[in-house]
Amino acid sequence: MYIIIVGCGKVGYHLLKALITAGHEVLAIEQDPPRHARIVEELGSVAISGDGSEAALLAEAGANRADVLVAVTGHDEDNLVACQVAKHRFNVKKTIALVNDPSNEKLFKSLGVDVVVSHTNIILAHVEGELTEQPLIHLMPVPRSNLRLVDIHVPPDAEVVGKPLHELVLPPNSLISLVVNRKGQPRIPKPGQLIEPNDEVIAITPPEADEELIAIFTRVGR
Amino acid sequence: MNILVMGCNRIGAMVVRELVQEGHQVTVMDNTEENLRRIPPTLGARTLLADGTSEDDLRRAGIQGADAFFAIGAGDARNAFAAQKVRFLFQVPKVVCLIYDPIRQQMFRDLGVDAISPSKMISSMLLETLRK
Repeated sequence: MYIIIVGCGKVGYHLLKALITAGHEVLAIEQDPPRHARIVEELGSVAISGDGSEAALLAEAGANRADVLVAVTGHDEDNLVACQVAKHRFNVKKTIALVNDPSNEKLFKSLGVDVVVSHTNIILAHVEGELTEQPLIHLMPVPRSNLRLVDIHVPPDAEVVGKPLHELVLPPNSLISLVVNRKGQPRIPKPGQLIEPNDEVIAITPPEADEELIAIFTRVGR
Repeated sequence: MNILVMGCNRIGAMVVRELVQEGHQVTVMDNTEENLRRIPPTLGARTLLADGTSEDDLRRAGIQGADAFFAIGAGDARNAFAAQKVRFLFQVPKVVCLIYDPIRQQMFRDLGVDAISPSKMISSMLLETLRK
């Protein structure tokens, strides 16, 4: 596979090394000349110097035959434009971008970047996982869709406890994909299966349904 | 009209001046104080030290009430990013950006972004002088 990495800071550098080790053909594009020189000195001619969001430089990098372009600079505007140029000028099949500002995640997706990674949101999800009062945790986005995988904890006093799964009315496009009980046993949801206290409900859902799902699974009964 | 301009280099400052003279309400944002000094306080344009690619700063600059947004700073990527962000997040009737690189300008046009390439225009103007 031929992979182009735009931005060879900490993330790009380690990615470059890992992909080389995995046996892929990789080329990094780094704007800062001293940093570019260090990479070439250490790893050989696996990097070129310049602006990786420029069409001319991407052409020079052989973007027209690249399978993947990964944009991981510290600037969201460069990451977005590099992916757009790769996709629309060079027909690169898969574009992956880092978003430094988590609020840009939706924008990148709507503009056609295939995989959008927000390190802030990933860490946040882990932190939220530690906090028991967080009713819904975002696990991961589902690629090529507007859906994501979420986990909802069912409190022992929730109204929904004891109800069969098939009786629940879920928001549109939402689906329960797995239920993990308090002993940590996973179960594929079946009609008639009852919701138990402290179940972890793993669901696929669009972002706008978060509030409704939280209400369904955590509303306290009388 | 209410017009928000991002980028106050020479082109930006000139656009702001002309828009004000035409009677428009203009806010110009730039992330360096030095660039904003191109706008004299007597002109009557509002200047704002802010980042036109930041949603919060765009709101602070009044993007929600704007009739037009010009992303005309010095960097192609920032201009393209700001223009697409405004189109995605806000209902602004007219959004235009400057893209110096002619290849990317064409690409953004194909993607439906109103993009102008100063390098393409100036080079053709220069060549035109030879033909006269």
